[in-house]
Amino acid sequence: MIEVGDLTVRFAGVTPIDDMSVVFPGGTCGLIGPNGAGKTTFFNVLSGFVKPAAGSIAAFGENMLRMADYRRARWGLRRTFQTEMAIEKLSVYDNVAMIHEHSGAKRSSRRADVLAAIDFVELEASPKAKVGELGARERRLVEVARAVVGHPRVVLLDEPAAGLPDEETRRLGGVIQKIPQQFGALVILVDHDMTLVSSCCETTAVLDFGKLIASGPTAEVLRNEHVIRAYLGTEEQL
Amino acid sequence: MSVANAPTGRADVARAVQSIGRANAVRGVVIVALFAIAVFALPHLAGADWVTTFTSVAIYSIVALGFGILYGRVGLISLGQVALLTIGCWVGARLAYASSLPFPLLLLAAGGVTCVIGVLVGLPALRLSGLYLALVTLMFAGATTVVLSVTDFPNGGGGFTGRSAADALTTSTPAVRRPSWAVGDVAYYRYTVIVAALLFLLALLHVSGKPGRAWASIRESEPAALAAGVNITLYKLWAFALASFVTGVAGCLLAAQVGVPRAITFQTQDSLTLAATALIGGIFSIWGAIVAGVFNQLLPFLFQAVWGLNPNFLLIIFGVGLLQVLLTAPGGLVEQFPKDMANLARLLFHGVRRLAGGRGKAS
Repeated sequence: MIEVGDLTVRFAGVTPIDDMSVVFPGGTCGLIGPNGAGKTTFFNVLSGFVKPAAGSIAAFGENMLRMADYRRARWGLRRTFQTEMAIEKLSVYDNVAMIHEHSGAKRSSRRADVLAAIDFVELEASPKAKVGELGARERRLVEVARAVVGHPRVVLLDEPAAGLPDEETRRLGGVIQKIPQQFGALVILVDHDMTLVSSCCETTAVLDFGKLIASGPTAEVLRNEHVIRAYLGTEEQL
Repeated sequence: MSVANAPTGRADVARAVQSIGRANAVRGVVIVALFAIAVFALPHLAGADWVTTFTSVAIYSIVALGFGILYGRVGLISLGQVALLTIGCWVGARLAYASSLPFPLLLLAAGGVTCVIGVLVGLPALRLSGLYLALVTLMFAGATTVVLSVTDFPNGGGGFTGRSAADALTTSTPAVRRPSWAVGDVAYYRYTVIVAALLFLLALLHVSGKPGRAWASIRESEPAALAAGVNITLYKLWAFALASFVTGVAGCLLAAQVGVPRAITFQTQDSLTLAATALIGGIFSIWGAIVAGVFNQLLPFLFQAVWGLNPNFLLIIFGVGLLQVLLTAPGGLVEQFPKDMANLARLLFHGVRRLAGGRGKAS
């Protein structure tokens, strides 16, 4: 469980996150909102790249804001970025092993853990293939494999399906959905694809201009009129 | 890292791993064969001038290797590598005059001192990157050149700081000693190639292991590396330490090769030429460093001693080569050449088949 209390982030004159209080109970949680709503900023706060002006974040009882940024991976925080970060010049295996090496997980179980993560994402390519030679969907799967290797506790996925066709997004959703059960990690999924969010996430929180406008069971949240208005504009415009 | 005997139970994975194992074995055999040719056959085929040039090729390959580790692996541009070579050369020469240490210890001492200095030069890299880092390291190279010419490097004479009379750099200056069993040029060439091979092996172990993967992640994106828990400070300094160590060892090898090293041997611009040839050779593969060594040392020799051309023309050739590599083959010659050869072979094969087919129809 991640409890966020009164979180505020300010950059000179801009408030990308404004007094946000929300609970991510566990399983796969969606975090949605229009562009610029503060979703990635929230991930950056969790990663330690951005220091909030006020507020608290407790993940499984641990005060995240007190933890040094480079320690968070070892604690069990994993994330992907909007841009692809899988390393093209390294093989699939080395890409995943690189995360494992700095995760604090046991060296003796590295090979098994890495291959299990590659297996888990149902990657068809050989673990020895260079990531640069893979297609878009396979590279995304490698990123997910990097995010689940080495005992993750919290997995942040930042638009993992961006740019993928519907069928491939659906298959990726199937993989994401299995993460909590397989690894016991809490997943926070940011994506603009509502089909993906509603198929993967039991609960969803919605940000708009840095403010939390709704949270709760995904189906209810997606019917919420504030949410519909934030996404589609006012009814007059419709 | 090998993934042989992977407990996945997936046949296709096992097959892929097996074929990779075979490819690695073939590559290993080729490398060992080339190494054996370089050590045993080459000195017999070539004349005395060539052997000294080949020794220089081996030494500058090591320097290019250091540049390649920094730029090709971590993305740090250092234009001060030849200054580090000079420092290794200076430490090696002075220690040789001042002590009776066995030659391998001289190599290690030169490498160690250069390593410390290289890490200090690398400290700004924790904050700077790109052009700024390139400038800072180039200034370092310039400063080294100035200090050496002011102090009249290396000047013979006894002791670590010893200076001899005004006519120091004459034939009376004692040569920096070589290992007792590698005094002759051919034997010293072999010694240098073996040391170079060991340093390449050291680099290979780093690059294919945990440091190499951490460097790759830093090169890809520092925020992503940080999010993965990589200690960026440690691994950047580690890269500087390794690159400086190998360069320092190369400097000591150079000191004993030329016997009486002179300040004029090292110029600031050499670091730029080195960077250019390293890029032409191929920055993403450690074998590109060997191509860089050949370009850096063999071509000037061919120009001057064999073809009677002004070696300064090489700067133009390197410039054009660099442009070509940056535009069309970022992997450098070491990646592009095999592809070109494969294309040529395919073309020839198709040509021959068409010819044969044509004849078949005609008859």
